[in-house]
Amino acid sequence: MNLINVKNLYLGYDNKEVIKNLSFEINEGDFICVVGQNGAGKSTLIKGILGLIKPMKGKIIYNNLNKILIGYMPQETKVDKNFPASVYEIVLSGTLNKMGLRPFYNKEEKSRALAALKALKIENLKDKNFSELSGGQRQKVLLARSLAATSKLIILDEPSNNLDYNSKKELYEELIRLNKEKELTVIMITHDLDHNNLIGNKILSLSKEKYFFGTTKDFVSEVHHDKHN
Amino acid sequence: MINIINDMLSFSFMQRALIVGILISLCASLVGVSLVLKKNSMIGDGLSHVGFGAFAIATILNVAPIEFALPIVIITSFLILRINENSKINGDALIALMSASALAIGTFTISITKGVNTDINNYLFGSVLSINNSDLILSIILSIIVIALYVLTYNKIFAITFDETFAKSIGIKVELFNVIFAVLCSIVVVLGMRIMGSLLISSLIIFPTLTAMQIVKKFKSVVITSSIISIICFVVGLTFSYILETPTGATIVIANLIVFVIFWLISLIKSNVKAK
Repeated sequence: MNLINVKNLYLGYDNKEVIKNLSFEINEGDFICVVGQNGAGKSTLIKGILGLIKPMKGKIIYNNLNKILIGYMPQETKVDKNFPASVYEIVLSGTLNKMGLRPFYNKEEKSRALAALKALKIENLKDKNFSELSGGQRQKVLLARSLAATSKLIILDEPSNNLDYNSKKELYEELIRLNKEKELTVIMITHDLDHNNLIGNKILSLSKEKYFFGTTKDFVSEVHHDKHN
Repeated sequence: MINIINDMLSFSFMQRALIVGILISLCASLVGVSLVLKKNSMIGDGLSHVGFGAFAIATILNVAPIEFALPIVIITSFLILRINENSKINGDALIALMSASALAIGTFTISITKGVNTDINNYLFGSVLSINNSDLILSIILSIIVIALYVLTYNKIFAITFDETFAKSIGIKVELFNVIFAVLCSIVVVLGMRIMGSLLISSLIIFPTLTAMQIVKKFKSVVITSSIISIICFVVGLTFSYILETPTGATIVIANLIVFVIFWLISLIKSNVKAK
């Protein structure tokens, strides 16, 4: 089932185009890695999909999906490490997207937050303070907040930044498991392009010269082909 | 001690100051949590100086100071918000510029106007004598609005304070909330200036949050603890300023400073114990 259809999309700031004529689609169950150099427009594209910036030209069509029901996980560095908040307070805030004008959380939202903690096996951190956690734990908390916001699609912005090898591996395994077991669609911006160890089924590669969108397999053979010639 | 308090409360201006002060201390600590955590503490300072300029002009025009200053401060807060959103402008420097200019215009205006019998110190350092009955009623109404809006939007304020981009992505109208928040800050600053003075009101916003953050680490605990600290420091400060005949605003700030140092020492001891 198609979730998002990006058609001839142009995105940018102050009349400066960053993304030019990009088309691709996101289907339910996809695990798409977005790769590309700095300045290629990865974060801009994410902002476009989240509806934080408007397309200059072209369209983003949401099918069977409301854009406020996308779970977004920002780069860990964008969040204040010393912010006074409990893990539960943070994860619970993910459920605000379905509250509308109602001011207080009800039972359903609380159980969604607990389920998100459970899905990542971090129920034990529930009453811990955010500032006391390790980098890997903080990432999981932010991921749990995204899961509390959605059960369909999450978008992650370089989740492995600032993580040591083991925490990174653990986070990726968690994402793969959620993708397979819970049929969660994942879009992930990443710098990790170890070709022997690629995760996900599709790749969107952005660069100033050209775009690639296709299966991970095709990407490896095409890019390797390009490089070796 | 009870005699002193009885004595103090026999003056109707002290009763008014107590009611207004408790309400404003509570409001100031509420907006303070978000201002401090969003690293916008200077906004309170900037607004208070603009408030001073507006109060000075209101005196010369012979109009009610709060009603005159409030819209001016609200407009200024919108301006500061705009400046902060636009990363191309150096917001910090511009707020400092605005503060100094407003302070200068206020002082200048008061000093060239002959026949106005106003002590400039009242505006700069506050005075409990300046609160009349209509100020009291206005303060009560506005404080209730601030508290009600804060409670009703508390969860969204948390989400925005913690992570504005995420809040936007899940459909919270962050721009609208920032506007509401700017209005709340303006109300707190203008109301608080009467007692605290424009030079000291920002401390009423900043101190309780910083103090609370020394020992509690959850958002809700910070909000509740800072409110309690703020109210206690106000009452203690007001009482001591009555006993010692010292300026009220400064005495309240000193009460806040002492509590802050105590909490800071407690947190130091706590982390040392943990380290061992």
